[in-house]
Amino acid sequence: MDDVLTAPMVVEFPFTRSLGPVLSAFLTGLRERTVLGVTATDGRVVVPPTEYDPVTAEEVRDLVEVGQTGTVTTWAWNGAPRRGQPLAHPFAWVLVRLDGADTALLHALDAPEGPGSVSTGMRVRVRWAQERTGAITDIACFEPAPHDPPPPGRPAAHPGTFPEPVTGIVAAARLDYTYSPGRAQTRYLNALAEHRTKGERCPRCRKVYVPPRGACPTCGVATGEQVEVGPAGTVTTFCVVNIKAKGLDIDVPYVYGHIALDGAGLALHGRIAGIPCDQVRMGLRVEPVWTEGGRHPDHYRPTGEPDAAYETYKELL
Amino acid sequence: MSNSEVPSGRGRTGGSSAPGGRGRRRGAVVGAGRGKEPVAVVGVGQTKHVSARRDVSIAGLVREAARRALEDAELTWGDVDAVVIGKAPDFFEGVMMPELYLADALGAVGKPMLRVHTAGSVGGSTALVAANLIAARVHRTVLTLAFEKQSESNAMWGLSLPVPFQQPLLAGAGGFFAPHVRAYMHRTSAPDHIGALVAYKDRRNALKNPYAHLHEEDLTLEKVRSSPMLWDPIRYSETCPSSDGACAMVLTDRAGAARTPRPPAWMHGGAMRSEPTLFAGKDAVSPRAGSDCAADVYRQAGVTQPRREIDAVEMYVPFSWYEPMWLENLGFAEEGQGWTMTESGATELDGDLPVNPSGGVLSTNPIGASGMLRFAEAALQVRGLAGAHQVEGARRALGHAYGGGAQFFSMWLVAADPPTS
Repeated sequence: MDDVLTAPMVVEFPFTRSLGPVLSAFLTGLRERTVLGVTATDGRVVVPPTEYDPVTAEEVRDLVEVGQTGTVTTWAWNGAPRRGQPLAHPFAWVLVRLDGADTALLHALDAPEGPGSVSTGMRVRVRWAQERTGAITDIACFEPAPHDPPPPGRPAAHPGTFPEPVTGIVAAARLDYTYSPGRAQTRYLNALAEHRTKGERCPRCRKVYVPPRGACPTCGVATGEQVEVGPAGTVTTFCVVNIKAKGLDIDVPYVYGHIALDGAGLALHGRIAGIPCDQVRMGLRVEPVWTEGGRHPDHYRPTGEPDAAYETYKELL
Repeated sequence: MSNSEVPSGRGRTGGSSAPGGRGRRRGAVVGAGRGKEPVAVVGVGQTKHVSARRDVSIAGLVREAARRALEDAELTWGDVDAVVIGKAPDFFEGVMMPELYLADALGAVGKPMLRVHTAGSVGGSTALVAANLIAARVHRTVLTLAFEKQSESNAMWGLSLPVPFQQPLLAGAGGFFAPHVRAYMHRTSAPDHIGALVAYKDRRNALKNPYAHLHEEDLTLEKVRSSPMLWDPIRYSETCPSSDGACAMVLTDRAGAARTPRPPAWMHGGAMRSEPTLFAGKDAVSPRAGSDCAADVYRQAGVTQPRREIDAVEMYVPFSWYEPMWLENLGFAEEGQGWTMTESGATELDGDLPVNPSGGVLSTNPIGASGMLRFAEAALQVRGLAGAHQVEGARRALGHAYGGGAQFFSMWLVAADPPTS
């Protein structure tokens, strides 16, 4: 088997979250070192609060302030924290039922004495972050507390109003992948390194796929036979891009074209240059232009041949 | 950890019984007759679509549409047997599997909840999955809902992620679809101004729809035609907006329809078809999956002459030129004649086949909800409840959606009268 190419792929974006009234009060409360829950229709206190009753689905808005000490209802040891987790050293993930609450909150417990010091039923308390912005991370973590029983009584009502409420947060999401294009595209990419374009022919419909995917999507059979196509081809259709996409480093305007390389069963997509945008046309004959170190042709430029007749490429748009 | 996804632990999932409805039996229906159960739309709800709903969470957004659908049907959460929800890719808000935390907002606790995904067509396919649960007599009353909160992210970014070893070229959905529009224009010799006619018509229709996102009172045809060229041949005013919004429907069986206070819309046909984004021989201008899907729907509904027998169409037109393209693909116009039909005024609100009386995707695009809005607006038309954008006397309407690289299609045909068989 060929060595298959792989590369890191990172997808990250600062997503925003509009909070709505209940979560706005909850997160603003954390900023003010206040933990709020909501009273459900059956009288239970839900922390963190939900906007809708977990049983009846009715809108719930009656906020209460719960304690900052609570009881661990269950836990799991995290011996190897990853980037972005609440603590950099080993800690316990805990579900904590804060005093006055009937449900438990997921958070981290700083337990420097190790997993042997953590138990269900242990008492823990909030450790507030030094700088608080209105986020769940305003609770830096929990820490062990003296084994006093929870205070009696029900939590007090809270209006949920604070000066300068937090109405939205930014959730910076990041996904790290190892991406592999697979065997067929690896062969294609390796051929491109020699400035040759190799597709694969479907043994059933005889169409040549460029780039190849290892199988014919119409016939559902593997494509093994390699076929060199091009280097020249025909612009079958195109658009002129005048708007810059986020994260795309191409100066506008540019022509995004569908190019049917000679011998290929469908068009691939590429940039067309070496000709003013307004002179690009369907049927234009083009050839690849390679740059040093580029994995793909940098762009395609006119060959100077007469335009291809529409009949010759109308199935290849 | 994100604030909205922290499990609340005990009490949330622990064996809570389903909320009581009106005391009737929920769930599977035993001993029903043969054939499919007729499916009726008895409730429709949507949010006022805008570019950013910063006042509500995703839960609050879907809740608003769901509550309006229940109010329309005069039902309560307890009357619903199952919830079927759809949205476009999770990348669009960055909440992975948002349905997981929407169960309480949608009254789904203790009930089946399904999530559907078929890219931009998802609103349509979500409704069809819900309808099939009733047609198969698995459930009697199903709440179906679709949403997108585009303001929480950037769909153009989400659609243009650089992939290793590939040339970064693509500039959003407009860049992807514009070459197909050019191919259509070339194939049919359509004159340049057709796209502008569609955009102008749909934006004028939107002025009659209080829920539509874009209400461009002062738009003129000339302004559309002189708006900036983004992806030549597609101009700015010929593209859909980016919207926050949700749409919900309550679907029910024959018995449920008999009890409903307002006229129901009856489903006479529904189908989905898929094909790859790219394959040798694909007709990107008129995809076979689309025409096959329409043919299946017409066959189910007994429609042989769609142009004559259908009174209104809510069609998924994110870029103006897709109206004439889909007119051909869906069998309303002969091949090559879609643009002449648009140019003739036939698709205007007072034409013989009004297309997108609601203003369509060109006026409102909460992506995941856009397909369901087409289905729901078709239902409103045959229920006679479309308000100022009502097509007079509409008895049969088609709802249409497509998604991905024109690879997923979903459609339904609804009518004022119940199916006869």
